[in-house]
Amino acid sequence: MLSAFLVVPLIGAIVSMLLPAEQARNARVVALVFSGIACALSVAIFVGFDPDTAGYQFVQRFDWISEDVTGFAIQYTVGVDGISAPMVILLGILTVVAVLVSWNIDVKPKQYFAWLLFLETAVAGVFISLDLIQFFLFWELELLPMFMLISQWGSGRRLYSATKFLVYTLAGSAFMLLGFLVIGFQAGTFDMAELAENPVTDAVIPLGIVFWAITLAFLVKLPVFPVHTWLPDAHTDAPTAVSVMLAGVLLKMGGYGLLRISLSLLPEQAQDFKVVLAGLAGFSVIWGAVITLRQTDLKRLVAYSSVSHMGYVLLGASAMTPVGLSGAALQMFTHGTITGLLFVMVGVVYERTHTREIAKMSGLMHHMPIAGVVFMIAGLASLGLPSMSGFVAELTTFLGSLQAHPAATIAAIFGVVLSAGYILWTVQRVFHGPPDPAWAHLEDAKTWPELVAMGVLVVAIMAVGIYPPILTDAIQSGIAPIAAIVGSVA
Amino acid sequence: MDIPEAAVWAIYFAPIISFLVIVAALRRQPELAGRISILAIFIAWLLAVWTLVVAIDHEGEALAFAPHHWMSIFDFDVEIGLRIDGLSAMMVFVVTSISLLVQIYSTGYMHGDHGYPRFFAFMSLFTAAMLGLVMNHSLLMLFVHWELVGLTSYLLIGFWFHRPSAAAAAKKAFIVTRFGDFGFMLAVVLIWTKTGTFDIAEINEMAHETLSAAVLTGFTLGLLSGAAGKSAQFPLHFWLPDAMEGPTPVSSIVHSATMVAAGVYLLARFFPTVEAAPAEVHTVIAYVGGFTAIFAASMGIVATDIKRVLAYSTISQLGYMVMAIGLGGYVAAVFHLFTHAFFKSLLFQGAGSVSHATNTFEMPLMGGLKKFMPVTFWTFVIGSLSLSGVFPLAGFWSKDEILLDAWKHDKFLWVIGTVVAFMTALYMFRAIFMTFFGEYRGGAAPEPGHGGHGEEDVHATPAGHEPATETSDAHGGDHGWLAHPHESPRSMLLPLVVLAIPAIVAGFVAPSSFFGEFVEGALNPELREFHFHADIMVVTFSTLSALAGIGVAAALYYTRKPNPTDIQYAIAPVHRLVSHLYYWNELAEDVIVRGILYRGIGRAAAAFDKYVVDGAVNGVATVTRIAGDVFRRSETGQLQAYTSAYIVGVVFAAGALFVLAGGLLDRVMP
Repeated sequence: MLSAFLVVPLIGAIVSMLLPAEQARNARVVALVFSGIACALSVAIFVGFDPDTAGYQFVQRFDWISEDVTGFAIQYTVGVDGISAPMVILLGILTVVAVLVSWNIDVKPKQYFAWLLFLETAVAGVFISLDLIQFFLFWELELLPMFMLISQWGSGRRLYSATKFLVYTLAGSAFMLLGFLVIGFQAGTFDMAELAENPVTDAVIPLGIVFWAITLAFLVKLPVFPVHTWLPDAHTDAPTAVSVMLAGVLLKMGGYGLLRISLSLLPEQAQDFKVVLAGLAGFSVIWGAVITLRQTDLKRLVAYSSVSHMGYVLLGASAMTPVGLSGAALQMFTHGTITGLLFVMVGVVYERTHTREIAKMSGLMHHMPIAGVVFMIAGLASLGLPSMSGFVAELTTFLGSLQAHPAATIAAIFGVVLSAGYILWTVQRVFHGPPDPAWAHLEDAKTWPELVAMGVLVVAIMAVGIYPPILTDAIQSGIAPIAAIVGSVA
Repeated sequence: MDIPEAAVWAIYFAPIISFLVIVAALRRQPELAGRISILAIFIAWLLAVWTLVVAIDHEGEALAFAPHHWMSIFDFDVEIGLRIDGLSAMMVFVVTSISLLVQIYSTGYMHGDHGYPRFFAFMSLFTAAMLGLVMNHSLLMLFVHWELVGLTSYLLIGFWFHRPSAAAAAKKAFIVTRFGDFGFMLAVVLIWTKTGTFDIAEINEMAHETLSAAVLTGFTLGLLSGAAGKSAQFPLHFWLPDAMEGPTPVSSIVHSATMVAAGVYLLARFFPTVEAAPAEVHTVIAYVGGFTAIFAASMGIVATDIKRVLAYSTISQLGYMVMAIGLGGYVAAVFHLFTHAFFKSLLFQGAGSVSHATNTFEMPLMGGLKKFMPVTFWTFVIGSLSLSGVFPLAGFWSKDEILLDAWKHDKFLWVIGTVVAFMTALYMFRAIFMTFFGEYRGGAAPEPGHGGHGEEDVHATPAGHEPATETSDAHGGDHGWLAHPHESPRSMLLPLVVLAIPAIVAGFVAPSSFFGEFVEGALNPELREFHFHADIMVVTFSTLSALAGIGVAAALYYTRKPNPTDIQYAIAPVHRLVSHLYYWNELAEDVIVRGILYRGIGRAAAAFDKYVVDGAVNGVATVTRIAGDVFRRSETGQLQAYTSAYIVGVVFAAGALFVLAGGLLDRVMP
């Protein structure tokens, strides 16, 4: 089933490319069908996932490069546990949303939707790979569609932003590969499950350096200060769907890597450096939030808020307590849905007003009440209002991290106040105020692709917020072994 | 006597259901939306009365309801359960009563507003959030509903969001209270980290047994921070006067019995824990309250907007209650919370009734309304007398309890409290004389205005939405705003009359010690010590100061000897300082938020990000670009070319990987 989830979007991409030119507009239908199938598969995987069973589920493996040739095996191994299962369903949902918000793309639609589906395959590979080399290949594979989508279908300085994204990620992943190789050769295997059971304790390069070589790539991806400046540029110039994917699932690759690889495979080094990680986290939360306050471009504002909110993931991870780690995993999912929705709404507004300048907007609530209400829901979720998923994740993170990192946690809690500031100020400036005749012609967000995209995400946010066990049971089962590993070396 | 758990939960769910029904189905049917909302709150009120009777039967001891498991992540367990004891049963009764009356009042006041269904939907949701806050047994669920109260009050204050001042006031209320919640959330996280539980009763037990002084101090100050935000205590008081931008029924519920009461309720709920904290913490709480009481009262004396007078009065009275908590006067604080809810709700509704007639909240434009609006006048006087603490009205008994606690524990705070009693009577009767006595000064013209804090535009233009389409003469002529202010419709007068009853009699439960013993049922047994007693000294001074306040108000604003304007000129600098609210808004918003945070830190951080962090990267990039120029010719724009180059690259990378791997392998495993 997992392999099917991996391959279905790829087939969709090929089908989309093979469409005859006069059928190009139907690429969106192809994309919706295939992303829909993938989404159904992801739901089936999540529902079929049994939180009470330990270890990876839905495992499939075969030797890719056999042991006889090289002395070690590089395998094709896929499987999910309680951390990756939520990521899989998040990816499944958000890709459908991304296709829906791209419904009106008319520039080279075949290629556009093909790249979008290819992106899903690449990211899926990152979340389900259980072999380090395989993980790395998918990690790199994701760059190509992202670069293409931003540089070809973006706006503004799109080539600059796409290149910046590429350079940052490549710089990080070069070191990551080095780290993987050192670990793999030392242990004689690249199998993540085996490596987690018997962490390497010694290598040709000091493991502290290996830890940072690997972790740097994840910190870039999250991102945290000071390696975050690629994010606002990439978001601002990317098309809406790509922003949704970027904020929704691509950043999560960083958090996922931290939990799955940095902490699980190098627990001792993680413990050694946890104060540094927590410091970066607390600082990023405040730094991101303060800069968010200054933004005048609606999309850039949401982008910077991601820097702040992804800091909670790092904070939870650096706490290395069961509750803190769960908070990090929860925050990954909730940030994906919430910020995904915020980007959808920014896209909805931009598509109609053709501007992202906050100063030019006013009183949009009068003309676009549905969009206004959904934006407010997304905003309130983002500022951590109880009954929505963001609160559950943030609170869990704080509960888990106060004991370990009091100062960073206090800073992070203060970030919640700043979130309220920039979100409500934005709502006030964009949606409140007297009706502006300049915008009287705006249509509300009433087309079916928009309604479905918004509806799905609102339901996801509220459902997890009101009844968290639909997510937390899985996460708890995934976190337990990692918490045991990092806990045992504390 | 017992009550099924489902019946108690129904109090909470009735308004939630009405919210959902209105949002889902009744957005186009205002009449029905209003009726559904009132029906729901009426059912809730009946059940609340039942709950109260049962709680009285149990002498205020907590009823036995087992909590239900909701979620858990490792040690982080969430249970949902009820805590019905003397304190919460009383609060549930007060909240449902006030909400019911305010909603009936709103059918008259909000009549014709285009957002009528939305108003009742928000009102229902707000009531539910407030009920959830007082009913739940766990600190976490209290916090959850605390935030939801914040949200719904944001929605209600910003109800007329087309008005920039209302939108700004709503945002300000949310953010300032959120600032206080920073401390509160820290307290929640701290106490869980130290005790592993959210159960309020357990925390109160542990406070006396296992918790260290440092934890208690941190926790209590965190609670105080949250309470200062919600209950508008100095230095976070400044959102409340602006919140008068909301429709008046909103003020009548949010700023009397519910949201602002939540802070005091929180401190009362955790009174055993607060009590266990070091004495210095008590002093901090008492002085925050005492200072707020006198500070806010001074601003009430110079305000010219009747609703703002009441707003400052609310802040001041809440200060009394917080002071009482700090002085160990649990019963006094809760008692004043109880009586204040009724007469303050009454007064806000009276102010709304007055503006309904005159189209303004500015008292200098009113005058002489006594003869036009007798019901409003008499109920307003009753409310004012009660608030001023005149024997034997409700406010007298509860205020005296607080002053008595101050007399016993801190004479300086007693002096402050007594002075505040004088000031309270002064500003209330100043308001009465300016509003109801003398000649009618014409009210405000009905065309949509933007200068004042009033709600004129919406009343003048039922459409509310597009004030520009409505011209002044059409409406002004019909209603004769200027010549004959009229008494409000019956739907508005009924709640006024009903509320006047508890404003008179709610205090009579005091001498029997019945109320005290009832609400003390919520405390740990060893803390129950309440006996009603009156001290003739305290009573005499507070009554004299109240009468003096009324007398001074009469001299200044009825006989106008001496003329208040002369005094205003004589003390011009002081007057300017006070009427500018001590420039606190300017300090907080212009200096701290806009100046330091936004222009200072924010700009510096943004610049650092742009020039230093990004600059470093782009510096590297420049070097790379030179190299990139060489390869630029490969950018043909053809996907086939890119893809083939990509495949070649992957093959090359895989090859390199094996070479590298082989080399490493030789070194590691020779």
